[in-house]
Amino acid sequence: MKISVTVNGTVHESDVEPRTLLVHYVREVLGLTGTNIGCDTSSCGACSLHVNGEAVKSCTMLAVQADGQSITTIEGLAVDGEMHPMQQAFMENHGLQCGYCTPGMVMAATSLLKENPNPTEEEVRIGLEGNLCRCTGYHNIVKSVLAAAAK
Amino acid sequence: MIPAAFDYVRAGSAAEAISLIGQHGDEAKFLAGGHSLLPLMKLRLAAPSVLVDIGRVTDLSYIRDAGDHIAIGALTRHMDVETSAVLKEHAPLLAHAASHVGDPQVRHRGTIGGSIAHADPASDLPATTLALGATYVAQGPNGTREIAATDFYQGFLESALAPDEMLTEIRVPKMGGAGWSFQKFNRRAQDWAIVGVAAWRGSNGSGVALVNMGSTPILATSVSNALAQGASVSDAAQLAAEEAEPQSDLNASPEYRVHLAKVLVRRALEEAGK
Amino acid sequence: MTVTDDRPASVLGTRRLRKEDPALLTGEAKYTNDLDLPGALHLAVLRSPYAHARIISVDTSAAATSPGVVAVYSGADLADTWGAPMPSAWAVTADMKNPAHYPLASGKVCYVGDGVACVLATSDAAARDALDLIDVQYEPLPAVVDLEDALSDRVVIHEDLGTNSSYTWDLKIEGHEGQVDEAFANAAYTVRERFVQQRLIPMAMEPRAVAAVPQPFGGDMVLYSATQVPHILKVMVALTLGIPEHQMRVIAPAVGGGFGSKLDVYAEELLCVALARKHKVPVRWVEERGENTVATIHGRGQIQHVELAADADGKLTAVRIRILADMGGYQQLITAGIPILGAFLYAGVYDLPHAYDFSCTGVYTTLTPTDAYRGAGRPEATYAIERAMDVLADQMGIDPMDLRKRNFIRKEQFPYTAFTGLTYDSGDHLAAAEMAAELADYAGVRARQATQNVPGATKLLGIGQASYFEMCGLAPSRVLASLNYSAGGWEAATVRVLPTNKVQVVTGTAPHGQGHETAWSMIVADRLGISPDDVDVLHSDTAIAPLGLDTYGSRSLPVGGVAIAMACDKVIDKAKKIAAHQLEANEDDLDFVGGSFTVKGSPDRTMPLAAIAFEAFTAHNLPDGLEPNLEAQVTYDPPNFSWPFGTHICTVEIDTETGQVDVLQYVAVDDCGNQVNPLIVEGQVHGGVVQGMAQALYEEAVYDSDGTLKNASLAEYLVPAASDVPNITLGHTVTPSPTNPLGVKGIGEAGTIGSAPAVMNAVIDALSSLGVSDMPMPASPHNVWKAIQSAQQGASK
Repeated sequence: MKISVTVNGTVHESDVEPRTLLVHYVREVLGLTGTNIGCDTSSCGACSLHVNGEAVKSCTMLAVQADGQSITTIEGLAVDGEMHPMQQAFMENHGLQCGYCTPGMVMAATSLLKENPNPTEEEVRIGLEGNLCRCTGYHNIVKSVLAAAAK
Repeated sequence: MIPAAFDYVRAGSAAEAISLIGQHGDEAKFLAGGHSLLPLMKLRLAAPSVLVDIGRVTDLSYIRDAGDHIAIGALTRHMDVETSAVLKEHAPLLAHAASHVGDPQVRHRGTIGGSIAHADPASDLPATTLALGATYVAQGPNGTREIAATDFYQGFLESALAPDEMLTEIRVPKMGGAGWSFQKFNRRAQDWAIVGVAAWRGSNGSGVALVNMGSTPILATSVSNALAQGASVSDAAQLAAEEAEPQSDLNASPEYRVHLAKVLVRRALEEAGK
Repeated sequence: MTVTDDRPASVLGTRRLRKEDPALLTGEAKYTNDLDLPGALHLAVLRSPYAHARIISVDTSAAATSPGVVAVYSGADLADTWGAPMPSAWAVTADMKNPAHYPLASGKVCYVGDGVACVLATSDAAARDALDLIDVQYEPLPAVVDLEDALSDRVVIHEDLGTNSSYTWDLKIEGHEGQVDEAFANAAYTVRERFVQQRLIPMAMEPRAVAAVPQPFGGDMVLYSATQVPHILKVMVALTLGIPEHQMRVIAPAVGGGFGSKLDVYAEELLCVALARKHKVPVRWVEERGENTVATIHGRGQIQHVELAADADGKLTAVRIRILADMGGYQQLITAGIPILGAFLYAGVYDLPHAYDFSCTGVYTTLTPTDAYRGAGRPEATYAIERAMDVLADQMGIDPMDLRKRNFIRKEQFPYTAFTGLTYDSGDHLAAAEMAAELADYAGVRARQATQNVPGATKLLGIGQASYFEMCGLAPSRVLASLNYSAGGWEAATVRVLPTNKVQVVTGTAPHGQGHETAWSMIVADRLGISPDDVDVLHSDTAIAPLGLDTYGSRSLPVGGVAIAMACDKVIDKAKKIAAHQLEANEDDLDFVGGSFTVKGSPDRTMPLAAIAFEAFTAHNLPDGLEPNLEAQVTYDPPNFSWPFGTHICTVEIDTETGQVDVLQYVAVDDCGNQVNPLIVEGQVHGGVVQGMAQALYEEAVYDSDGTLKNASLAEYLVPAASDVPNITLGHTVTPSPTNPLGVKGIGEAGTIGSAPAVMNAVIDALSSLGVSDMPMPASPHNVWKAIQSAQQGASK
């Protein structure tokens, strides 16, 4: 099936099998491998990206459902070679270790701040309930998001 | 995890969706937000041969004040239910319960209609709308009909919807300032409830429904009857599981579920009474 | 310490941001499954749905004709491919029984997830579609799920071994054999407890992934793998498949966490290499999470019988330990040795006389093989002694903190030669415990507890402590030899100053989240007086870093980091010769400060390292006999383990109506000696604490009686999220290790070692007023509720 998807500001016309998941589309068809896959059950959030500005789990969406929509992946977050303030905050607060959950975590966090620009620590923790990390114990991830909110 | 192959068609309206489902028969499924169906398809626990995507039927995404009730389009996303000013004023229990569904990413895609039509006893919104005495509107080839929430849930993942019917609207009576509480007991915030309770209590009565206490969402009528007859909250809460048939799973035995239901119903009624 | 008084402020010990981060934060980093490999075939593995069954037949004919399929193989089809069984490198006893284990099973399957056939196809989807078409007939056999059942040999899993017991490994103290019985006979107090270390699933966020790229005519083979151990993997794959080692190159690209689960040689690595060789094209495989839960190793899985004897003051007089350890269906790389790594730590941080008796029996079950998982043997040991100490304190009616203080090895006793003959390098347990008690307001919580935990209260407060020693560095090679471990414990480093004074460091460590690129560049910067930005750290590619023993067991800094410091010192020695030659000075008269050599007393006679590097490169004017270029290599074999330590204190509140445990506060005071980068140290502790807390409160691999894993996904296996865990309060004491020039000890596993017992001691402390004296991990709401119910039923009888 033919689809037209705007990804990181560029329109892509592609022909995909209906069963192609959005995450496989961005990774394998577009070569945007920053979006990771960590589970089969919509649990881990590693594949989070933005559809029309909101975080979604791209393993639980078909590429054909994204037809005509605007997608932002982790590769599209930096502007003019400058990391997004959220990416900077993660770096400054050691909010990542192995980095595998990080793109999804950053995409979820930027979506969270869009909806709630001044969250409490508790709201950040609840707001990231859909993203699992095995390295950081979340302490510095929460700190990073609060720091980004304060910027 | 890759679903088995299927054909995909996109409907522009409810009528078109119903016609497409009619054409493709039993092997076809509606796809709304996809957050109930796609996980099953990825695990190949479901393998429909055709998906009828109703996600673009945008005229079914609305929340309207309809006088004595609030009308919610079936394709309204959880995030929109959660943040709706109309619902926060007239049915705050539902708005609050929606904020507990899945996680933010799930709430950006999942829809209230999809959740109710999936009829999962472990989901938050079937029980919540049941507690609120909601009515669901279904559209089929021969027009629309109303189904009371109390008649809708017929078994595990089974509803009163005919295969060629589509849930189009959820009508929730205004709560009129009644007190309410939503108690979701789980081990991780993103998970389904081990036991959940949606409850309201006002001058004209009460409604209590249980999440994950049987093969369907359970309306705890014994609790409401006892309250109507003047029972104390703690005495009424002892009847919490009268209508339930709780299952055993990794998180709880039936006995523990019954115990939790009593504790959570008591807490819910106490909070609703404040 | 390395810092002298007159040198500029060192970068060591500063909170320097990680150089790894920009690539990881922007999606630029490439994990194995991100590699673009044109023409690669995709491997998918059909896995047994039975825990224990005989394979009657495998019919691959329908799968072979499925669209996109290139080949389908059963275990029997590939039997001739393997030069040797899958490697297991740790025969802990001379008579250890170890069944032959091949990448695909042929005669029978021994756990759910055991591979029985595989498909090669042009896409992952096509390969997985074809799996459904392979018809395998099984004759199901009884599953062996329970360790004590396994020990009984009711069902013998590997018939050729004749028993499910793989080995029994004892540690008795020579010359003191009678002392244990004597101590128990004369003890004022004795404790006898049985603890269960539940099976855990490591759940690194990146599932495993493998790609093998052959060079059909040249003969070389490049194996990309999401592994912690590229060097060990290279040797093992070469041996197992008969590939000349010099033609085998292993690359671990960005690796998304390991926690021990990627410290292994797996079937899929061998399958990809073997099939890439056979088909003469690249072959790749990526693990789905559902496969990861059954086909990647599990951790823990032990039953511990713990006995303590103490005198009237509570001073420990003897410790006796009996362990039953679950190997799973087969041994993986170092399965048998994992419980042995704990054998030296069951007396914890306490001053125990030579009255110690340890024995561990490893048994096979029909479950996923176990192997190293965060802490590997040491968390289990620490849990046992620290829970048992609380039981002893309860028996004596004294505060558990007080009991610990009576038993701590005192600061002035270090270096302390323990009953095992091992020497603990340095420590100050009292200081760490007191700092933790102050941060946790231990006295205040005890006071609140007295008013809060009254009869009828439904919110009970509990506080628990764990003091630990971690045995890390792993280890002097001769010590490993005495444990029959098949490899050494050294690490290699090369420091190369390039002509423009930029530095390449080649390390044998293989980081997967630990920040070695940052930390190693800081060590070099400190030593050579340059900026860490001018240092590039090369690793995880056996062609670039041919020598190394990889990253596990908190070994990287105390062994690999120290090797780098020593290589820097060799570079400086060589540079000094060049400087002395050019400055026409005696080497002894030169100071090296801030990256320059200066003649003592003549500040104008100076030569920066940059100039020396260029001189070394041109070789126009070097001292006679000195080789050109400025490079040094060191292979460092540590003289001892290093011994990080600390005290963790957890405060919980338990809702007795629901069984819910809320962690109100978590304090961790850790001492890892000198810290290279406190930012990284803190991150390691945070993550470790939450992993241990997850064992205490959330995680358990649950099997039914048929040996089927009931929670084989991240939806059901409860890795906690941010919303489920608290902030963590950290404190640090610094007691440098005297055994290495950096004074470092390692920090990778400390958090996990301290946290499970601290949390469980807090849980039991909260419930003690209800008569609960122990309960199994995890302290899930259901388990807590059951423990309360059963204590109350016991009390009413």
